[in-house]
Amino acid sequence: MSISAAWYLTLAALLFTIGAVGLLIRRNVLVMFMCVELMLNAANLTFVTFARKLNDVAGQTAVFFVLVVAAAEVVVGLGIIVSIYRRRPGATADDIHGLKG
Amino acid sequence: MTNLLVAATIPDSITFAVAAVICLVGAAGVVLARNPVHSALMLVMTLFGVAVLFLEEDAQFLAAVQVIVYAGAIVVLFLFVIMLLGVDRKEVFGKEPLPGQRVTALCLGLLGLAEVLLLARDKWPTGAPSVSNALGAPADNVQQVGQSIFTTYLLAFEVTAALLVVAVVGAVVLARRPRRGPGDDDSPAELIAAPDDAVTGGDVENLEPDDDEVVDAEGASWVPVEPVEGDPSESEVTAP
Repeated sequence: MSISAAWYLTLAALLFTIGAVGLLIRRNVLVMFMCVELMLNAANLTFVTFARKLNDVAGQTAVFFVLVVAAAEVVVGLGIIVSIYRRRPGATADDIHGLKG
Repeated sequence: MTNLLVAATIPDSITFAVAAVICLVGAAGVVLARNPVHSALMLVMTLFGVAVLFLEEDAQFLAAVQVIVYAGAIVVLFLFVIMLLGVDRKEVFGKEPLPGQRVTALCLGLLGLAEVLLLARDKWPTGAPSVSNALGAPADNVQQVGQSIFTTYLLAFEVTAALLVVAVVGAVVLARRPRRGPGDDDSPAELIAAPDDAVTGGDVENLEPDDDEVVDAEGASWVPVEPVEGDPSESEVTAP
């Protein structure tokens, strides 16, 4: 008998909370982005847990798509961050409050 | 919560406990490390922990993809950007730009955690096990995920290909060097002036504002030409 699903869901909830709090309290755009990745991983863990719990492979397929979307998101997001830093080096999230650049 | 007390085998329990501790320590490290490089390395730690948990849950394919894509590609991309931009200096935690934000964030986080933990108890939304795509033996995991992707979710898979192409094109467009000094600060006048040249294409928006005298040889060759010829040629092409 393997570990019960509730443990995994609890761990995923903790990971998600740490990621969310980090996203809220950090100012460095890159670290905020990493916190988004943490939250995505927590969601992935939940998907896989429910795939096992409900005996359905679709949960694992969803994780696959989440991975692809995360990769695309990271590519575009880091491109935006690079262009922001190119305009104003050392920018934090507070410096980017205006969308005009 | 009785579900928590179901007896698990000792190796499973140890594996889960170690991986969970690795995940949580890594996640806390991502948030608490002052140096972005340390944050990225802590993120790798968390990702490996999650990969171990995937293995523990018989998702071998996803564990491999997690290590290859996340730890192998995404975090490396993060590290490249950190090194490229030279932002691996420490963040100042002293002053809080928005008063009370950290306390509020912590309270919100704890509230959300309590909510999710409440939902993580034994009451599932439906709880009905699948009848169509049941998981088989762990050894067939790769085959099963592949079959699921290429039959049931084929359309989503194709859309994924389009998404990746869009992401690549977007990254190229975003990361294109705008041919001016990297430390240049921008003034609002430049930004307002830029959209006027939207007809002439993307490069001009970046070239136009302050590079007239810098890249005069290059700019003179085609920047004045484009707006003059742009409109007639377009109308000629589209009319017939």
